[in-house]
Amino acid sequence: METKKIATRDGFGEAIVELGKENRDILVVDIDIGKSCKTQAFRKELPEQYLNVGIAEQNGAGVAAGLATCGKIPYVVTYAAFGSMRICEMIRQEIAYPKLNVKIACSHGGVTPANDGASHQAIEDMGILRTIPNMTVIMPADFYAAKALVKAAAYYDGPVYLRFTRDAVPVIYDENATFEIGKAKQLRDGKDVAILANGDTVRLALEAADLLAQKGIQARVLDVHTIKPLDIEAVNACINEIGRIVTVEDHNILNGLGSAVAEVIAEAGKGKMKRIGIQDQFGQSAPYERLLAMNGITAENIAAQAEALLH
Amino acid sequence: MDQKELTALKNKATELRIRAVDMIWKAQSGHPGGSLSVADFMAACYFRYMNVDPKNPRWADRDRFVLSKGHVCPAQYAALAMKGFFPMEVLDTLRKEGSPLQGHPSMTKCPGIDISTGSLGQGFACAVGMALAAKLDGKDYRVFSAVGDGECNEGEIWEACGTAYKYKLDNLIVFVDWNNLQLDGTCEEIMPPVNLAKKFEAFGFEVYEIDGNDMAQICDAMDKALAAKNGLPKCIVGKTVKGKGVSYMENQCGWHGTAPNDEQYKQAMEELNALYIKEEA
Repeated sequence: METKKIATRDGFGEAIVELGKENRDILVVDIDIGKSCKTQAFRKELPEQYLNVGIAEQNGAGVAAGLATCGKIPYVVTYAAFGSMRICEMIRQEIAYPKLNVKIACSHGGVTPANDGASHQAIEDMGILRTIPNMTVIMPADFYAAKALVKAAAYYDGPVYLRFTRDAVPVIYDENATFEIGKAKQLRDGKDVAILANGDTVRLALEAADLLAQKGIQARVLDVHTIKPLDIEAVNACINEIGRIVTVEDHNILNGLGSAVAEVIAEAGKGKMKRIGIQDQFGQSAPYERLLAMNGITAENIAAQAEALLH
Repeated sequence: MDQKELTALKNKATELRIRAVDMIWKAQSGHPGGSLSVADFMAACYFRYMNVDPKNPRWADRDRFVLSKGHVCPAQYAALAMKGFFPMEVLDTLRKEGSPLQGHPSMTKCPGIDISTGSLGQGFACAVGMALAAKLDGKDYRVFSAVGDGECNEGEIWEACGTAYKYKLDNLIVFVDWNNLQLDGTCEEIMPPVNLAKKFEAFGFEVYEIDGNDMAQICDAMDKALAAKNGLPKCIVGKTVKGKGVSYMENQCGWHGTAPNDEQYKQAMEELNALYIKEEA
């Protein structure tokens, strides 16, 4: 059976139109990359809720903060590299500190803008934003998860960073799947090893679980779509019930999902883990799957690292 | 505006100056220079132009004030207390642990603060967002903002100007507090402002150039700016004196972020109190 592939930015594009129609306070603040971030349908169907502030991210963040103080729910839409780092301090000062209802919705997360090269690949964003108080940081795994989490974010009080893929990724959920911000979603249960992944690497975690199953190793797979607030309960359950955890992310191994999970493990004082992610190095223009492979982000490596924890 | 009203407004500015210096002295911390240069505009906003309700600080249709140069918040705190947003004694808690009067304004801690500021260049974009929200909702509230001359070094100020022009925010008035001193020296020395009035004009603003410490000129510019419903955002470029009203602080870069000692405080109070104009019989 061929797996359907859709970029999660398309999930955002559909969800934001549906949201905008049900709530007129939902706004899009585009930064002149709306076509690429999939806001064109919103622009066409809801022109009175659509703003484009030009190539001026800092101003976009500030304008959104001002709009939010007046009861609006603006989605600032740009690429992950710019929506996190270019406007990092605006997010901190004008959005997170006053805990305003601004959503930062970013396409081109991780190495998914593969051909664009290192300038556009965002490997630090989730980690940087995770350290800012009041922030919520999310990466949905597929099209349906993206749709559901974009909608959940609208009615979640406070700032939320949402990160989507540029490239198409396999669909693993269906339209009936439900998601709660801050709650990991268990996709498979197992007693030997836990694989915690998010975003475009969840499907690799599932493939790795299949490979392990062939060897008689049972893996629990969790989609940790929200890295902040982290589902500490779910991580502790993995520590206590299994004790062996592999984290996988399309993000630097520093400060992302792996680091967040490692913090819980270190404080628990028990459990073994292995982090798989971008190896603290910049990318290059190359095919998406190749960029993942260069960093060991493959089903085979996940399975191998998981197996190694058993010995 | 008649002479009596003008005198009353000038006296409000004097009271605001006194309270700002007083709280900085009590805190032994804060920014007196810029608080004094912006005091006249601040007094005009709160005591003549702004439609606010101290009993309902978050009233949705209120006029907004965004102090983009957040470090001069003693001036705004004084205005808010004088307006009745909180008791006058609260001014004595400036910069103290647990105080609503943070070193830089916090909208979640202090009633009457419409947005948290303190990192230069950012507040003005928020003011633009507020003015835009009014337009989107078809409401007629106005947004007043004060930015520093040094603050105009920040690129985000000019980004925000673009949005203000594009969305025809004639409900937005920005006051440029051109006291010609920034933290490290004169504006010319640190980053030449060239001509701030022409810059704002080039960005599509309707600009009024005035003496920013002259209350009559401030009110004249404000009246014109508020009357002109012409789709253009408004900018009042006010030439001001940093430290205005306290002789030893005037035009002295060193008084950007320094609190007066007891002796200096005494002299400041004497000089500022002498500024009060007695009402004519």
